[in-house]
Amino acid sequence: MAAPPTIPRPRKDDLGARVRVGSGATTRRVLVGAVLLVTALILVAPLAAIFAEALKHGWAAYARSFAAPDTQYAILLTLITALVVVPVNVGFGIAAAWCIAKFSFPGRNLLVALVELPFSISPIIAGVAYLFVYGAQGLLGPFLEAHDIKIMFAVPGIMLASLFVTAPFVARELIPLMIAQGSEEEEAAVTLGAGGWRILRLVTLPNVRFALLYGAALCNARVMGEFGAVSIVSGNIRGQTNTLPLQIELLYQDNNAVAAFAVATLLTAVALATLVAKAIIERLDRARERAH
Amino acid sequence: MNRVIPGFGLSLGITLTYLSLIVLLPLGALVWQALDVGWERYLAILSGPRTANAFRITFATAALATAFNCVYGLALAWVLARYEFPGKRLLDALVDVPFALPTAVAGLALSALFVKNGWFGGPLAALGIDVAYTPLGIAIAMAFTSIPFVVRTVQPVLEDLPADVEEAAATLGASDRRIFATVIFPAIFPAFLTGASLSFARSLGEFGAIIFIAGNLPGKTEVVSLLTFIRIEEYDYPAAAAIAGTLLATAFVMLFLVNMIQLWQQRRIGSAD
Repeated sequence: MAAPPTIPRPRKDDLGARVRVGSGATTRRVLVGAVLLVTALILVAPLAAIFAEALKHGWAAYARSFAAPDTQYAILLTLITALVVVPVNVGFGIAAAWCIAKFSFPGRNLLVALVELPFSISPIIAGVAYLFVYGAQGLLGPFLEAHDIKIMFAVPGIMLASLFVTAPFVARELIPLMIAQGSEEEEAAVTLGAGGWRILRLVTLPNVRFALLYGAALCNARVMGEFGAVSIVSGNIRGQTNTLPLQIELLYQDNNAVAAFAVATLLTAVALATLVAKAIIERLDRARERAH
Repeated sequence: MNRVIPGFGLSLGITLTYLSLIVLLPLGALVWQALDVGWERYLAILSGPRTANAFRITFATAALATAFNCVYGLALAWVLARYEFPGKRLLDALVDVPFALPTAVAGLALSALFVKNGWFGGPLAALGIDVAYTPLGIAIAMAFTSIPFVVRTVQPVLEDLPADVEEAAATLGASDRRIFATVIFPAIFPAFLTGASLSFARSLGEFGAIIFIAGNLPGKTEVVSLLTFIRIEEYDYPAAAAIAGTLLATAFVMLFLVNMIQLWQQRRIGSAD
């Protein structure tokens, strides 16, 4: 007797639910295991190595690393730079998100691309570009020299390069969220007679506060850690234009590895705090979505 | 056009002024300096053996790093989108480490791991594999700094993929492998390509993470961004302008490609509706 034609049967798991691709126990275990292993090797091990190297000679040596005046100056300069750059780029991010998310106008997509441009450009290019504006041979070089204004190889240059590199961070968090939220609440506020600043302060910003905070935190982490652009425009002058990442390189070149790693733990802590902030903000966001 | 809400002129004015001063002015100055070099000299600079080698090494190692991230990033995105397991939240958070960690710190950490007496360098040396101060070290540094791109572009698309198409294919008896190749992969392909392009572009311009681990030997382990830095330190501004100008042009080409991919993706989604 000929076998009946085989009719393919839908594959089902033990509970009879339909099965999606890769939901078999073996596939799942192998994939999750492989990903966790590679992640441990390439993402977790470097983080662990920073702390292990910094504490190689004990806590006392670790603490001593921060006593050097150059290092303390680098900490101060990094904090000052962040204090100036982050608020400026928060302001820019809000302005850019306001015009891009609340209005439609010709060239809007081009403006979005322009806002995100620094994200795609190597910090080294940014540094070189600033040198060609404010350096002695640059576009404004003769003018600045005539008026005795020093921007390159000085703190203003560091701040300008940092502004360039981190310009997109806040805007990039706000724009998609503000587009998704729409403008109904703002329009209602206008109808009720509220002015622009009042709407911004009482309606828009409260609605995007988590994204704003996260954008600012990312911007801050990036400003404190910026290396390529700053190393070109700062001139690397010890105790004058050295931010923390440059100080790390200097200490490392001086064969002072423990101090280099000790300073690196500070920036690593900033990075980890930023990620913890992101996790908390995402959780709050989900809670708010559920409440709505 | 929406003119009910106030503040259009002010916010657009602030945005355009700021972008002009902070982004366009310096990039314009760079283009101006690069064009000022003159074509003949420009080509002579780029075809000089040290520069040509730097470009070759940079493109080769960036391609290797991107290939790694295509595989690892896709697996990571898949695992995060499809499975529940202990530690998933932590894994999801770890993906962003390379974006939050300063590149100099990453470079320092990777060099500590891969030098001869490091945690990885020792065992690898016993196998005859040298990483620190070789092109492989450059590729690892590039791979580390660009891990999030493929993951973060593919993951949301995978999460939003409707189950019904997959189920229909399974009902018809298609194997997992076949469903992945004919249903799932085509759906995530534009996002995958976008992530890979961004990862490649980022690797081409990477500096901080590389210089600690690369050895920085001209012609062997010297990348383009480092060569630009060296030319600036030597006050050889025409060479720096020519190299940085070329890197900038490459970045624009990559951006254009990414935008084309996204347009293609939007059209595909539009036609599916």
